[in-house]
Amino acid sequence: MAFEYAPAPESRSVVDLRSSYGLFVNGEFVDGSGHAFKSVSPATEEVLAEMAEATADDVDKAVAAARRAYTRTWSKMSGAERAKYLYRIARIIQERSRELAVLESLDNGKPIRESRDVDVPLVAAYFFYYAGWADKLHHSGFGADPQPHGVAGQIIPWNFPLLMLAWKIAPALACGNTVVLKPAETTSLTALLFAEICQQADLPSGVVNIVTGAGETGQALVAHPGIDKVAFTGSTEVGKAIARTVAGTSKSVTLELGGKAANIVFDDAPLDQAVEGIVNGIFFNQGHVCCAGSRLLVQESVYDEVLMRLKRRMATLRIGDPLDKNTDVGAINSAEQLARIRELSEVGEAEGAERWSAPCKLPDRGFWFAPTVFTGVTQAHRIAREEIFGPVLSVLTFRTPAEAIEKANNTPYGLSAGVWTDKGSRILWMADRLRAGVVWANTFNRFDPTSPFGGYKESGYGREGGRHGLEAYLAH
Amino acid sequence: MPTDHRLDVRKTYKLYVGGKFPRSESARSYVVSDNKGRFLANVAAASRKDARDAVVAARAAFPGWSGATAYNRGQVLYRVAEVMEGRRDQFVEVVSAGEGLSRSRASAAVDRAVDRMVWYAGWADKLAQVLGSTNPVAGPYFDFSVPEPTGVVAVLAPQESSLLGLVSTVAPVVVSGNTCVVASSYDRPLPAVTFAEVLATSDVPGGVVNILTGVVGDTAPTLASHMDVNGIDLTGAAGDAEHATELEVAAVDNLKRVRRAPANEPDWTAEPGLDRISTFLETKTVWHPIGV
Repeated sequence: MAFEYAPAPESRSVVDLRSSYGLFVNGEFVDGSGHAFKSVSPATEEVLAEMAEATADDVDKAVAAARRAYTRTWSKMSGAERAKYLYRIARIIQERSRELAVLESLDNGKPIRESRDVDVPLVAAYFFYYAGWADKLHHSGFGADPQPHGVAGQIIPWNFPLLMLAWKIAPALACGNTVVLKPAETTSLTALLFAEICQQADLPSGVVNIVTGAGETGQALVAHPGIDKVAFTGSTEVGKAIARTVAGTSKSVTLELGGKAANIVFDDAPLDQAVEGIVNGIFFNQGHVCCAGSRLLVQESVYDEVLMRLKRRMATLRIGDPLDKNTDVGAINSAEQLARIRELSEVGEAEGAERWSAPCKLPDRGFWFAPTVFTGVTQAHRIAREEIFGPVLSVLTFRTPAEAIEKANNTPYGLSAGVWTDKGSRILWMADRLRAGVVWANTFNRFDPTSPFGGYKESGYGREGGRHGLEAYLAH
Repeated sequence: MPTDHRLDVRKTYKLYVGGKFPRSESARSYVVSDNKGRFLANVAAASRKDARDAVVAARAAFPGWSGATAYNRGQVLYRVAEVMEGRRDQFVEVVSAGEGLSRSRASAAVDRAVDRMVWYAGWADKLAQVLGSTNPVAGPYFDFSVPEPTGVVAVLAPQESSLLGLVSTVAPVVVSGNTCVVASSYDRPLPAVTFAEVLATSDVPGGVVNILTGVVGDTAPTLASHMDVNGIDLTGAAGDAEHATELEVAAVDNLKRVRRAPANEPDWTAEPGLDRISTFLETKTVWHPIGV
């Protein structure tokens, strides 16, 4: 007999949602001058709040506040003092972790299990890690007296709103920069809650400024002459536009962009463990992951076995209410993203790949897409080449390790890759040849503040995390 | 017939692509003069097609060169310095003529160029230790980061410092395992061609360094926009901000790693840092499981 899961929703009461939000400039919440826009819950389409749109004028004020804070306060403060502010922030994040996790799931659509167990703990960990660097920068290998750039303009995506904020703000502040950060327009709420945390920490005004809005706001930030450093995480297309905008200027840039990672399963891999890794690789965070293992490469001899086990496992995934503690796969972040996933999936079928979706009932309201796997995919198919950024897996096969490398590297991207095998020497042989910035062996989608992350080729340049992550925020 | 005057045998100055010395496929050449305007040579003028051929050669050489052991790359580049030393007089002559330097100053520049090659050669097997790391992640993984070469890199060599500047831009690119296509100084290309002869007669595999003489404005846009070039050093565009910006924009098509042009050509006599190497490196992080 089968036992049904009872609903186990996390309470929303911990979150104190306001009906409208402003910008965070110079330590205060202020109105935006643009057209307010709505932030909706992707799981229910309920309007959560009205968000302010920052115009070029607003961006200008935020950059001016960041500059003042840089020259008058932050650049004059000792590293040890900066460190203590960052430690404070890390602690408050831990103290308010439940609130942050619930708000993140509400606004983004990701399962509470992930926001609670992955996103928010990592956010605190990144602040802790970089806090400790603030007074040790002269030991970091970037010169005897490394200096900050000044004001950093940072633009982050909607897939890991808080975590990407931490990846950007923690190293920037540790190195002595001040920041103007623009969250994605569909997921600004936790960034504004983070602004409250900065207030609670008594962080000096203007060190962190948050401007909400869409592409135009981001463009104004990138093009602003008062910005010394641009850091962007998002699509390769927008990343290229940013690189063109800053060409010929003295702005330093780091870009963390798209991917089409190969997850490579050899016949000697522990298959149940590999199947868990495949599922984690592509269905974690609804596949809204730049380093998602979206191309599964299976050795021919175990293809049938892996596919059988994979489908069996996918059929047990629980899709639904992001705030339910039993949910495995949450909502697609926006109607726009859902349309793109649907379009590329239709292209996959039209080009001759075979589609199979997990048999699950999707909620009537909100944005949903069932975990889907395509078989019979060739390297020429669009679903094998383009980033879908959703819960859609393309399966290809290989016979030899050399063929696996050839296929894995046959992409303009180079962000991540996975290797599943029982043989340690083969792991290192593969890792050596994969043209990707992160290689996970017998695991996938692991992140750690000490571990540098970033891409080869069109997946961008620069690293985030670890000692390497300091380089982006130091002029040397 | 006087027997005490021997007519010297002149050298044909050609391109260096894939370990061979072709003329430009366009059959074009241009006149190179010394700094007083006296004829020195007709030098091959590379075309866009030559630039594309050079990229193909560089790409073909990449797996072997980047896959060689660091020790081996260091040995090969040290060997380049040895062979340069043997051709010292020839370098002094062309540097002196091209840059208008006295013999003693040209000599000093050549000495520095040889020493610079030795300095960079020594980095081959130290980069991973200085730039790599093991990362103490919070989990049962051996997590490490290693520097790896970016791939095929286009180098716009300095326009003024025709040998020291050339070595100072090419050596840091190839020491880590990159292969490159070099656009040499337009007015002072002869040391670059002699350098190519050094490469061809040392143990550097063909295609690791490819050298194009000619109009940089002809080849550079092709290299900057080429989808199989992974990085570009714009040092040779120093002082021409407009041209440099155009090239930087073209380089965005496949997100090349770009080293921007300085306002003025740098002082090549200063001891270099690691930044010319690290601009064309990627960091790869590997998570290896720990368990029984």
